[in-house]
Amino acid sequence: MTPPQMSHSETESAADQPDTTLDSDIVDDGDGPDQRTMMDRTLLEARNLDVYYGDEQALTDVDIEIPEKQVTAVIGPSGCGKSTFLRSINRMNDLVDTARIEGDLLFDGKNVYDDDVDPVALRRKIGMVFQSPNPFPKSIRDNVAYGLKVQGDDENVDEKVETALKRAALWDEVEHQLDESGLELSGGQQQRLCIARAIAPDPEVILMDEPASALDPVATSKIEDLIEELAEDYTVVIVTHNMQQAARISDKTAVFLTGGELVEFDNTNKIFENPDHQRVEDYITGKFG
Amino acid sequence: MAAESTDATTDSAFGHISRRKDVAFRLLALAATLVGIVSLALLLTNVAVDAVGWLDWGFLTSPPHPFPDQAGFLPAIVGSLAIMLLIALITFPLGVGAAVYLEEYASDGPLTTFIQLNIANLAGVPSIVYGLLGLGLFVGMLDIGYGSVIAAAFTVGLLILPIVIISAQEAIRAVPDSQRQASYGMGATKWQTIRNVVLPRAMPGIMTGTILALGRAIGETAPLIMIAAPTTVFGVPTGLLSKVSAMPLQIYNWASYPQQAFQYGVVAAGVVTLLVILLTINSIAIVIRNRFERST
Repeated sequence: MTPPQMSHSETESAADQPDTTLDSDIVDDGDGPDQRTMMDRTLLEARNLDVYYGDEQALTDVDIEIPEKQVTAVIGPSGCGKSTFLRSINRMNDLVDTARIEGDLLFDGKNVYDDDVDPVALRRKIGMVFQSPNPFPKSIRDNVAYGLKVQGDDENVDEKVETALKRAALWDEVEHQLDESGLELSGGQQQRLCIARAIAPDPEVILMDEPASALDPVATSKIEDLIEELAEDYTVVIVTHNMQQAARISDKTAVFLTGGELVEFDNTNKIFENPDHQRVEDYITGKFG
Repeated sequence: MAAESTDATTDSAFGHISRRKDVAFRLLALAATLVGIVSLALLLTNVAVDAVGWLDWGFLTSPPHPFPDQAGFLPAIVGSLAIMLLIALITFPLGVGAAVYLEEYASDGPLTTFIQLNIANLAGVPSIVYGLLGLGLFVGMLDIGYGSVIAAAFTVGLLILPIVIISAQEAIRAVPDSQRQASYGMGATKWQTIRNVVLPRAMPGIMTGTILALGRAIGETAPLIMIAAPTTVFGVPTGLLSKVSAMPLQIYNWASYPQQAFQYGVVAAGVVTLLVILLTINSIAIVIRNRFERST
């Protein structure tokens, strides 16, 4: 089960190089791996990552290199460990008493599970958006400013709130009601508010755990447009149940199948058009899952 | 009401369905509801009628007196309110602190379970036992005075503390976990999460619990007798160490007087006063709570 867990650099050195070069849309014509590696600098990397909840193994030996400033989609059937993977990146699994992690998870080259890493400080660099919108019962302004407040950043708060709301494509809709409760917005607006909240402190990574699964199609498509824009400034890792969504918005796709196993990781085009694994193809074409 | 719930049987094109048990049970449930409400209403009417002529401005503003028509309730009213205020000041921070610790900090283990179980047990301990504790601890060991305001407040405060803790825990537990996750996900520390997200959201529930507990405290008599609070004092308390009586104590005392005028008129006036004050405190507290609920 090792060969499928191809990271990008492995793909490059592989025999079918022309094929992968085509998949990458940012490219120089085969000017060599060096430049490509620069463009696709790895920001997050898992090495032999195992996660257990009590005796249950939720992730098995995951190796993955997630490139900077791209959208990486994580797909797979229910219970395959994709949310667990996401939550092990910003150490939200630490909040689960029974969770146990083995292996390395590197963020910018630093293992986030090292003893000298404070998970609270880590989470200030990695924003998170959850499955169902969870704004606080506070004003829209206070919701967006929450991260700034807890991080002790009280300079130009109004400006930063405005910037975040604009980036989250919500500003035009809420410009005149910043002091009203965030709970009075519609579901789709609430989720964009949560995205604004996540990006307001300007993190490097945004993790999204099925951010559109509780929303209607219109709100979903707004969120999808937004995610593609966010990838210009941020590294986005998004868990999704929706394969069309993964195909639409992501640059890379990781497919987890049962047992918390990362079966294939590659450019999204490759995964959806010509996956290396029969099981991945079966899953994507809806034969199971 | 739909017709089907009142008819004993229903004529239907698809067959007959008997509703007899439905109707019988509904009447039974109604009767059960009425027993409590009607008897309470009768009692209140009875007391209120008895109090007519006795409950006047003089009664509320005078000290007690051996003659029923000059008897007053003022020291007991002020005493009760002073004790109540002090109890609120003591139990609120202790209760909320304990609840936050148990819900947010303590890990699930045998020790936490043990503490939890004992708090639940303490909530059920008879009040006379707390009186005994107060007598031994506050009056005996700490020597803060027989029947003083502060001894009374600590004793009754301990009595309602478990109730405050348990209701605050329930309020904290009712805060959705997604809110905590959102806060931790933003890089908030535990304290920031508790302070900014958990407590504001739990506050209305915590206040409701505290209010209900205070309602129980204002009626407590046995522990006050146990710490030797005088049943009758003639002046309002002036300090924490003043001897203090409370409304239920004074009422209890009047009820033991031989004169009929005390047993019916004055006692009734006292009971009506006690109930009105209790209900007023509850309503004020509910208003405060609702305001809290709206602003968060």
